[in-house]
Amino acid sequence: MSTVLLIFYILSAVTLATAFLTIYTKNPIHSAIYLVICMVSIMGHYLLFNAQFLALVQLIVYAGAIMVLFLFTLMLMNLNKEDEVHKPRMTRYAAIIVFIVLSAVLVYVFTDTKPIMGEYDYTGEDFQSIKTLGKVLLNEYMVPFEFASILLLAAMLGVVLVSKKEKDAN
Amino acid sequence: MEKNLVLVLLLAPFVGFLVNVFFGKKAGKGMAGALGTVAVALSFVLSVYFFLQVNQTAKPIAVKLFDWISVSNFKLDFGILLDQLSLLWLLFVTGIGSLIHLYSISYMHDDENMHKFFSYLNLFVFFMITLVVGSNILIMFIGWEGVGLCSYLLIGFWYKNQDYNDAAKKAFIMNRIGDLGFLIGIFILGSMFSTLDYGQLKAAITAGNADTAKLTVAALCLFIGATGKSAQLPLYTWLPDAMAGPTPVSALIHAATMVTAGIFMITRLNFLFDLTPFVQNIIAIVGAVTALVAASIGLLQNDIKKVLAYSTVSQLGLMFLALGLGAYNVAVFHVITHAFFKACLFLGSGSVIHAMHHEQDMRRMGGLRKIMPITFMTMLIATLAISGIPPFSGFFSKDEILMTAFHANIPLWVIASLASIMTAFYMFRLMYLTFYKDFRGTEEQKHHLHESPGLITFPLIVLAILSLVGGLISLPFGNSWLNQYLAPLFSEAHHAEHHLGTTEYTLMAIAVAGGLIGIGLAYNKYLKGGYVPKEDQDIDGFAKTVYNKYYVDEAYMALIVKPINGLSNFFRETLEPALSRLVYGLGSLANGLGSLGSRVQNGSIGLYLFAFVIGFSAIFIYLFLANK
Amino acid sequence: MENILNHIGIENYIFLSVILFCIGVFGVLYRRNAIIVFMSIEIMLNAVNLLFVAFSTYHQDAEGQVFVFFSMAVAAAEVAVGLAILVAIFRNIGSIDIANLKNLKG
Repeated sequence: MSTVLLIFYILSAVTLATAFLTIYTKNPIHSAIYLVICMVSIMGHYLLFNAQFLALVQLIVYAGAIMVLFLFTLMLMNLNKEDEVHKPRMTRYAAIIVFIVLSAVLVYVFTDTKPIMGEYDYTGEDFQSIKTLGKVLLNEYMVPFEFASILLLAAMLGVVLVSKKEKDAN
Repeated sequence: MEKNLVLVLLLAPFVGFLVNVFFGKKAGKGMAGALGTVAVALSFVLSVYFFLQVNQTAKPIAVKLFDWISVSNFKLDFGILLDQLSLLWLLFVTGIGSLIHLYSISYMHDDENMHKFFSYLNLFVFFMITLVVGSNILIMFIGWEGVGLCSYLLIGFWYKNQDYNDAAKKAFIMNRIGDLGFLIGIFILGSMFSTLDYGQLKAAITAGNADTAKLTVAALCLFIGATGKSAQLPLYTWLPDAMAGPTPVSALIHAATMVTAGIFMITRLNFLFDLTPFVQNIIAIVGAVTALVAASIGLLQNDIKKVLAYSTVSQLGLMFLALGLGAYNVAVFHVITHAFFKACLFLGSGSVIHAMHHEQDMRRMGGLRKIMPITFMTMLIATLAISGIPPFSGFFSKDEILMTAFHANIPLWVIASLASIMTAFYMFRLMYLTFYKDFRGTEEQKHHLHESPGLITFPLIVLAILSLVGGLISLPFGNSWLNQYLAPLFSEAHHAEHHLGTTEYTLMAIAVAGGLIGIGLAYNKYLKGGYVPKEDQDIDGFAKTVYNKYYVDEAYMALIVKPINGLSNFFRETLEPALSRLVYGLGSLANGLGSLGSRVQNGSIGLYLFAFVIGFSAIFIYLFLANK
Repeated sequence: MENILNHIGIENYIFLSVILFCIGVFGVLYRRNAIIVFMSIEIMLNAVNLLFVAFSTYHQDAEGQVFVFFSMAVAAAEVAVGLAILVAIFRNIGSIDIANLKNLKG
């Protein structure tokens, strides 16, 4: 077993375990922490692919910005108590069944589509260095890139508008 | 000009109806009556005008008013046809109609709804004219239904009496049964020939390449219609009950005009019936049997109008006998003479009833001869006419029928002769009971007895004269004006006059002798013997069966009405609740499903998410399997 | 190091990604806390991102990674707005239990 494969297995184990724990643990703060670990392990996967740019962005956006937002919100709501009532048993069983069925279907679908994908043939061409990516992003995807910035601006304004306390509401 | 006059002829009674309906109450009784009478009299005058014209030129007057129906290859004009037949009918419909209107002014004077009475009568005359003058069967059907409606309205004119309302309903429903047959007959003819116009039908049918079986069915259906309207077996029971209406109505509608519509129809379509000997046989047999049965019932009736009603049914039976034997002109002749003397008889009985303050039972009458001489004389003339005593009109027409029957079929002749002997008997029984011996009513009635006023006696006198001389239009000595007049309508076969030989004179003698025998029997029993019919509860034996009209009404009740009622009850009590339960069940099922479905949509995001994921998975699986 | 998929194989990434995605779905269905549901959605997004990158490498094409980049931008905006809405809801009804959010009923 090669080192790379070993690293992959370890990372995958961490990813799946923390993802599961995110959902399973009752304390929302713990969930958030597990989620951070999950995001970081996914960053590890990106590094394995040598997708350096995405790994950085993953770290900054997910593990940084988004998770901080989550934590802030949790603290704002003071939800650290383990006060969540479980869903009815029926619902939980149904969720488990759906989980199993969906996994089976998706796995089957993806393995079944392999012949269409063709065999992996590595040419060694550079396609994912930050430099190459930057060129693609700012040439072909210039307009969507700008739109993304507008989207973020709009989201920011929206957030301010939604979460602002309305004075005349009381 | 001609077209306008025709329209006036047709619409004058209708205008009279409209005016009487809307303004009759305000105008007052005398005005309403006068208006109704003038409207009909106007039609009569125009009828005479057209009659004289056609009689001279022998050319029918056809007026097309407008295109009526035009569907695919089926075309029908709304037209008016004034030919020999329709003019003859017009003459006595409007003529007798005018007299009866005149009579009603006096007869109905005490009634609070007099304007209504006259508006109905006018409407009736309008529909009768429509029936007669239409240029195709469908217009005839309109008139046919219209006179049925008016008959219903007038029978139930005194609507406060439930029995009268029942009689009206009975008449209407019985007529409906026949009308259904008529309608089916029309449909068959229409589908076969794509036209209902008399002229075109005649051309198409006499061309001879029509399906005889279909024609027979059509003719049979039409005859069923005729049995309804003209009160033949088995649909005759409404006519005696129809006597619930005011007496002028009985005279006009249920004796002289409307009930002859069936004869008019068959005569009009003689070319059709000529080709269907099977139906002709049925008509002859039905007519003869009806004549005998109705006459035998008439023997024992005690209600003066019921006697006349059964007499009418019996006489109509004789006419149908003639029709069935193909002697259309003879039937028409009898229709005319019958219209005269039967209207006279009914109006006379109305005069008697008027004097008796609406007492109709002959057992309570008697001795009226001295008090009401004009009524007596006119009724006596009419009675002699109906009994077939020469030289009164009834002798000629009845004799022709009997002669025709003798030449065609001896048993039918025997039946018809029996019926006319009975007719003579019960008519003179009526006369003796009503006018001879002593008065049998109450003192109070006796005190009020009086001869009727001039407005009542004048029509009686006119009709009596007509009954006396009506036979002149078709004398048996080879110079029958009527036969020549009607000749263009019928095929050649009926032109042949009866050769007057010994047989014919013998037959005449037998007929007269039969009438005299009937009179003699009545004389012996009721005048000489002074016999007065027993009270209802004392009647027994076979007489009771006859008195109760052979229990035909009861049989109809038990055989038809009861089962239908039972069926309706079954439907109402079993089927209808079951059906409504089914319908309500479906409704509440949908409701339940809806509320079940709406419980899914409870606003719970968790459930929505579940649905979303499951749906997503399902689509995924489906797409995958479908593309595999 | 370059030909990483020679060592690991695309199938492993597919399995990983699918299972991660299904864990996300499971979380959405399993939990009632709206914030955890949100986190589950993030997990699903990441699973898809991971698969994008894997196929990007497989096809040696940068466009997959560009898509991931955009998806992250959208996710960031979505999380921001979503959390703001949750905060507003929490202020109004004092709970973010999705069982209590029944206002979607028509």
